[in-house]
Amino acid sequence: MVGIVIISHSSKVAEGVKELALQMVDDVLIVAAGGTKNNELGTDIEKIILAIKQVYSEDGVAILFDLGSAYMNAQMAIETLPAQMQKKVEILDAALVEGAIVVAVESSSGKNLIEIQEAVKGQCLHKIR
Amino acid sequence: MSISGLQVISILNKIASVIEENKSYLCELDAAIGDGDHGINMNKGFIAIKDKLKDNNGGDIGEILKKTGMALVSNVGGASGPLYGTAFMKAAGEVNGKENIDIEDFIKILEAALGGIMMRGKAEIGEKTMIDAIAPAINAMKEALKGGLAPIDILKASKDASIQGVEYTKTIIATKGRASYLGERSIGHQDAGATSSYLILNTIYEQVKGIKEGMV
Repeated sequence: MVGIVIISHSSKVAEGVKELALQMVDDVLIVAAGGTKNNELGTDIEKIILAIKQVYSEDGVAILFDLGSAYMNAQMAIETLPAQMQKKVEILDAALVEGAIVVAVESSSGKNLIEIQEAVKGQCLHKIR
Repeated sequence: MSISGLQVISILNKIASVIEENKSYLCELDAAIGDGDHGINMNKGFIAIKDKLKDNNGGDIGEILKKTGMALVSNVGGASGPLYGTAFMKAAGEVNGKENIDIEDFIKILEAALGGIMMRGKAEIGEKTMIDAIAPAINAMKEALKGGLAPIDILKASKDASIQGVEYTKTIIATKGRASYLGERSIGHQDAGATSSYLILNTIYEQVKGIKEGMV
């Protein structure tokens, strides 16, 4: 099953998105990585690395994020992983809430990472340019 | 003239003090068109840098810059963490194993840093970012070098071009970062990231001038 990481500048937003996704399907591997290490607004590379490792499997990990630096920190977090892991972790460009729900539903029904990327295209916000 | 590893550390410590002194100023600039945390975040990052470098013997400037970059990546919550972090880590690659650097090394360092920022932020010149303070500084240094100016005057050219770049950010619309959500309302405000880049370049100039005059 594809694992899911939710990154937001706000830990409340990240937790809330996770809660909404779990309301739809409660059997997915989803973890919230919101806020900084001091629980202030922002994103934290170490929290993100830990989150990826928590939900990682051979099936891969889908990352959803909110704003600019969340994307940059997600990229940098992936760069710290071993090469075989890096290939199986994808950052998705999608509206955070809607995207998380689509990804959770697809992951729960056993879809692979490529199918999930395809399914979430309708939620694309062109945040990754 | 060349600058030793220990002098690089001393310059980084001075930059940390300048960032601390300007913490509120940078936050005010950022609050006008962004999320208002640039000064606080940069200060957090540079406090971590001081700590990471406190027992460093200055033997490898590449290592010093790499540690600086990693401290920024791990300790700054905002976009300036990955951006400046990548900048310093790319810069480190230009001077691996070096005990001393000269003005040509410094130009290479800045070019690599700028390349890192542009790659990480997927940004260009004219988007109201730190790039608008750094890119003109590099161009000015290259011209000054070609014109045969002394190293200290080349550094002066960099900080002069950089502050002009900061002024330029007041005139343009932000198309990258949090300020881009404000569109035209971002005009009239100077970019906080460009301002911190200027503060860094200006501190490097001031400190090297001090070293040259035997004051540091």
